Amino acid sequence: MDYMTIDGIKVPIEDEKNILQLIRKAGIDIPTFCYHSDLSIYGACRMCMVEDERGRMFASCSEQPRAGLTIHTNTKKLQQYRKLIIELLLSTHCRDCTTCTKNGMCELQSLAYRVGVHSVRFENKKEPLPLDLSSKCIVRDPNKCILCGDCVRTCAENQGIGAIDFAHRGSKMQITPAFGRTLSETDCVGCGQCAVVCPTAAISIRTNVTEVWDAIEDPKKRVVAQIAPAVRVAIGDKFGLPRGENAMGKLVKALRIMGFDEVYDTNFGADLTVIEESREFAERLKSGEKLPLFTSCCPGWVKFCENKYPEFAGNLSTCRSPMGMFSPVIREYFKKLDEEEGKETYIVAIMPCTAKKAEILRPDNHTGGRQDTDIVITTQEIIRMIKQVGINFGELGSEACDMPFSMASGGASIFGITGGVTEAVLRYMSVDKDHATLEDIKYSGIRGKEGFKRATVTLGDRQLNIAVVHGLKNASDLLEAIKAKEADYDFVEVMACRRGCILGGGQPVPMGPHTRKARMDGIYQVDQLSSIRYTDENPLIDRIWEDIIKGHEHELLHRNMH
Amino acid sequence: MLDQSFYDKADEIISVHGKGKESLIPIMQDIQAEYRYIPPELLSYVAKKIGVTEAKAYSVATFYENFSFDKKGKYVIKVCDGTACHVRKGTLILERLNKELGLSAGKHTTDDMLFTVETVSCLGACGLAPVMTVNDEVYPAMTPDKVSETIQKIREVEA
Repeated sequence: MDYMTIDGIKVPIEDEKNILQLIRKAGIDIPTFCYHSDLSIYGACRMCMVEDERGRMFASCSEQPRAGLTIHTNTKKLQQYRKLIIELLLSTHCRDCTTCTKNGMCELQSLAYRVGVHSVRFENKKEPLPLDLSSKCIVRDPNKCILCGDCVRTCAENQGIGAIDFAHRGSKMQITPAFGRTLSETDCVGCGQCAVVCPTAAISIRTNVTEVWDAIEDPKKRVVAQIAPAVRVAIGDKFGLPRGENAMGKLVKALRIMGFDEVYDTNFGADLTVIEESREFAERLKSGEKLPLFTSCCPGWVKFCENKYPEFAGNLSTCRSPMGMFSPVIREYFKKLDEEEGKETYIVAIMPCTAKKAEILRPDNHTGGRQDTDIVITTQEIIRMIKQVGINFGELGSEACDMPFSMASGGASIFGITGGVTEAVLRYMSVDKDHATLEDIKYSGIRGKEGFKRATVTLGDRQLNIAVVHGLKNASDLLEAIKAKEADYDFVEVMACRRGCILGGGQPVPMGPHTRKARMDGIYQVDQLSSIRYTDENPLIDRIWEDIIKGHEHELLHRNMH
Repeated sequence: MLDQSFYDKADEIISVHGKGKESLIPIMQDIQAEYRYIPPELLSYVAKKIGVTEAKAYSVATFYENFSFDKKGKYVIKVCDGTACHVRKGTLILERLNKELGLSAGKHTTDDMLFTVETVSCLGACGLAPVMTVNDEVYPAMTPDKVSETIQKIREVEA
């Protein structure tokens, strides 16, 4: 086997694409701003510089491992280089760390500390630039940008959108939409993946925490929370829990302490979606119209399809997302009580997603002229709220959600991961409801991290062609293939974020390889441990359907497009 | 929205260079040669046609000093401010031009859209310093008075 010597350690070369990966394999946490394993290599930040035996320095991200090469990652010279780079970055950077949304999570801040920058010798002569507050999902602050280009490459390479790019040059360079427009004037879908990779607060989640505190404080409001499937396996990250651990019980308890009146599980909404979407799918299969059926749970994808491929908008399921279905049902459930008590039900959706913040404002997510979900806060925001209250989350006991929406199937719980919606729908539509069927569906090819998955599943006497994609660039490729008649599918599931909601734009960062896998395993474990795996076995659904939904399916559960 | 003729012209230019993303710069150059600037709407149109994002096209266009989104006058005067021209009092040439035409550091084009004055870092004609060009025609060894004469002549032609 070939070896490289890194800081005196012999490291075997396997399939590492660059020296940086090899260094990290050796257990050395070499700093980077612009390197992300699933983006193209850019080599701009120069933090990953290493020195070889002859004193030659190079960026380890941009060189292939070579047998016999000896490098050092932390010589005096390299330390000085890194320090100077950070100092220069800070020279034009806003330094109001204490009031910054990224305080404590900022990579620039932590690297400045790590390399030991204690003062900045250079005066900041940069004119302050205005913030872009036009998006409901994210906020752009060009004054905090270090021009690493991570957001640009994420948006273009992973999402196939390219809403922002570098503009101008030299000291005037900035990252902006074309012609200095605002984000709302671009094709931005609000997925927040740019905020995920942004090392600073140049792109951050638009926060709605204040609205939630105000509602909790208001005695006239019945504040109801619903928690999305992917939140529970990510929230523990920031409280010292093992990565991917299901912290739903703790979160429910924390919300009650914070003053939420009712706490529900969006998984119940997901079960509603499974039923409605399966029905719609069966109808379309029968009529043969508007196939393939596109899932509509992901607001980033829905907007992307409408923006870029309006000719396919009719293929989108008319179903609202699980959140979108659940909210009007909750409101309907409390309608009478609200009137009696003179209260108003205020629904807070706790989501892994930034695009949901825009979804709730869409006219097709209003019932009887009223917005269904009052506010969306992301996992990151609820973490912040829990910290504000001072709850010791790690030590907190667990509690269950409130009735009558406290039970959901395992199928619903995997909505937070790529392939999950498809899997749940297939479970619902399958004739046999035994363990073997579950295994058949599991291994049909819809699970896994590949960006573009294809499966053929037999349902009754019919072969169904299914495609499951995540990352909007993959969705774009899929639609182009369908357009060119190179592919023919019956059912297509799309999630805007790579690997699905578990790595959504609102989830805690960073999301390294270990975190990604842990969250994936965590979600499947929730399913695995459910006594009910099939949506049709959820005993609470029948009652809710009978009492609330029956006869109102269209207005409560579907996007009323006409 | 521009007049349809602009889009037709763009289509014509695109057909010459092809629809690959590598055609972006030649297409922008031809558009600028045609209109003396790149109408922003046309850049967006071209980007869409050749499969480049609008933000990327804008990125390329703003990277090069040569591309302009501002309408320019009929006569584009470039005054060299490279080292050789600078030491031979190129700044006086610029001063006289601005005075003659009522322009300043923030205003480069006359209201009648006849003249645009730009400074460039070097025209590659250092032996002729101080030098300026009018629509790519070179005016060597300039003096402030020669500037006034040149402007006067153009005005007479245009009158």
